Amino acid sequence: MELWYSEMHTKNVQFGIKVDKQLFSGQSEFQRIDVFESPEFGRFLTLDGFMMLTEKDEFIYHEMIVHVPMAVHPSPKKILVIGAGDGGVVRELVRYPDVEHIDLVEIDEMVVEVCKQYLPLTASKLDEERVHIHFQDGLKYIRKCENEYDLIIVDSTDPFGPGEGLFTKEFYGNCYKALKDDGIMVNQHESPFYEEDAVAMQRAHKRIVESFPISRVYQAHIPTYPSGHWLFGFASKKYHPIRDLNIPKWKNLGMKTGYYNSHLHIGAFALPNYVEEMLRDVE
Amino acid sequence: MDKLSQDSAPIMEALKQFRRMRVVPFDVPGHKRGKGNPELTEFLGERCLSVDVNSMKPLDNLCHPVSVIEQAEALAAEAFGADWVFFMVGGTTSSVQAMILSTCQKGDKIILPRNVHRSAINALILSGAVPVYINPQFDDRLEISLGITLGQVEKAILDNPEAKAIFINNPTYYGICSDLQAITDLAHQHGLKVLVDEAHGTHFYFGKGLPLSAMAAGADMAAVSMHKSGGSLTQSSFLLLGPTVNKDHVRQIINLTQSTSASYLLLASLDISRKRLALGGEEIFAKVCEMTQYAREEINQISGLYAYGKELINGDTVFDFDITKLAVNTSGLGLTGIEIYDILRDEYDIQVEFGDIGNILAYVSVGDCYKDVERLVSSLSEINRKYRKERNIFCYHEFISPQVVLSPQEAFYSEKVSLPLAQSASRVCGEFVMCYPPGIPILAPGEEITEEIVELIRYSKEKGCSLTGTEDIEVKYLKVLKGE
Repeated sequence: MELWYSEMHTKNVQFGIKVDKQLFSGQSEFQRIDVFESPEFGRFLTLDGFMMLTEKDEFIYHEMIVHVPMAVHPSPKKILVIGAGDGGVVRELVRYPDVEHIDLVEIDEMVVEVCKQYLPLTASKLDEERVHIHFQDGLKYIRKCENEYDLIIVDSTDPFGPGEGLFTKEFYGNCYKALKDDGIMVNQHESPFYEEDAVAMQRAHKRIVESFPISRVYQAHIPTYPSGHWLFGFASKKYHPIRDLNIPKWKNLGMKTGYYNSHLHIGAFALPNYVEEMLRDVE
Repeated sequence: MDKLSQDSAPIMEALKQFRRMRVVPFDVPGHKRGKGNPELTEFLGERCLSVDVNSMKPLDNLCHPVSVIEQAEALAAEAFGADWVFFMVGGTTSSVQAMILSTCQKGDKIILPRNVHRSAINALILSGAVPVYINPQFDDRLEISLGITLGQVEKAILDNPEAKAIFINNPTYYGICSDLQAITDLAHQHGLKVLVDEAHGTHFYFGKGLPLSAMAAGADMAAVSMHKSGGSLTQSSFLLLGPTVNKDHVRQIINLTQSTSASYLLLASLDISRKRLALGGEEIFAKVCEMTQYAREEINQISGLYAYGKELINGDTVFDFDITKLAVNTSGLGLTGIEIYDILRDEYDIQVEFGDIGNILAYVSVGDCYKDVERLVSSLSEINRKYRKERNIFCYHEFISPQVVLSPQEAFYSEKVSLPLAQSASRVCGEFVMCYPPGIPILAPGEEITEEIVELIRYSKEKGCSLTGTEDIEVKYLKVLKGE
């Protein structure tokens, strides 16, 4: 028997992972949730059939979305995480002893339950006492926040489906309002490679540029995402992602990471020419 | 004819059956199930084109229905509690016109609130009927027209005992309802037919806790925009008849202007939507009410915006309120509704139904979800943060009580001259001027132009209202009657 998970990365490109067995399949109010076990990537989570994370490469995504802003902000204490019900972002955040309070806003309670049961690798820290989980639409939650957070991490799904509202101008504007005067917002920024993803990436970038004075993009290599070339957005009211990077301070934390390091931090902001051009087009 | 149940959809079923028969088309339409127009077929889909067919025996004929269309109309009548329902393919405009043309002839008087849709006054041009306007009270805070009162109706009837009919909006675009039951009863006591424009009231027939529908009030005819809250395709509509109306006469009136090649896409969409509403309408509109109410509460937490609701009800000028209408007064933000309408579209990719001087209207329906409601509310809260201005309240009226000098028909067909807007005061207008939407005329043919009205037109233009109705696309000139 051969059992394969496949995802269409474009109409003409198919990505596949050989599956050992399916661990969970369920339909929540918002989406279909599946967890598989595979020989190559370990366990992996899909939402509506789209790859969210695998045990083998999730560290890249989670380290890059967390440590980049954390190494720039001088003292991030109160943090808002939107989406990220799998717990990966939170797992990285709670490694910082100075973080006092983390609000996690996830629309789909079932994602959290399923991840706690089947993906302890990412979900293990969701019960930490600094973590406060709110099952709510992120757009609604943030509407009522003002001058409250040092850092907002937007770990959204794709810009269609339940995560759609997290790619809108009203959402980024509300994030701006929810941040303190020196706050930073980091978001999952899609991929520049395939046309459809690139359009979504440009749209998101345009809206962030309109909302924040500093808006830069950085990249990482994530094998199980379409094209493997993935971007993150760094939007900020005050701090520059490279000029304000405090390398000694981060090194002092003595944190062991699999992907992130200070050289890579700086290098990640150096983008290929074609990506630079796409970003310039909408800036 | 066997009585069918509401879970059948005779037109759709006949079309499905017809598709299976694979009949060779040597009739119109010439695209021949789409094969003759590949780009159109690619764009709209083969399934759609394959049922864009002509009237024929197995599919009945809208001009003279004897089989599946008749069955579908009977089912619709049952669903709406009407004596009969006509399927209409010329928009609710055609339903409104059929109501007026079948009750009023040349010279007959008809009582109408002045904030009617232009389709009603168009019908007066066609029929030659003479309008007797009731001017609904204008709410200065909300900047909208309210309902007509029983007292106003009574006065109009006593002043014009020979009037043939009364025309009522149920509700207005903004959700305001008059006392339909009392007005209907009073009008009937005086021998008037009661015609109801329910372009914005389809859901009254299915939802719980919503204002009274025309058929339930015993009105004679009602025009229902199925394509608005009912979910059918644009341009499809229902004309409902009460028991006192001769349906065969009405059919003849409809056939004066209705296409003899009615679109089966529209007819099937009416049939399927009726089925959906009959079977699930109560639940659907409960959800719409819940979503709208939620949006209203959230919007009302944004300072400067007022999404009004049932608190307006006063037993008189606002007898009832349709809570599915999400109208928001924007003057507290120092912005016009038109400005917000444009910002929502240009900056936030949100299209609302319309913006006028003081309000925006977001149309919430069966197709909406909370996720999108959150986007609307969040965008409004962002607009409050980023665009708010200090500005005085506008002094605006939807229309200024007109002086009717001639019947719309007489004026429309009189000899006219074109005058610059500024020089047109004190002349008799020969055409329409209105903001669209909502499509309520500032001037209708036969009305005297005053300085005040010229000023209102200028102001509306300046505020960015989309003015329509005039021959001159830019509305710099007005057609006025010659020889005065």
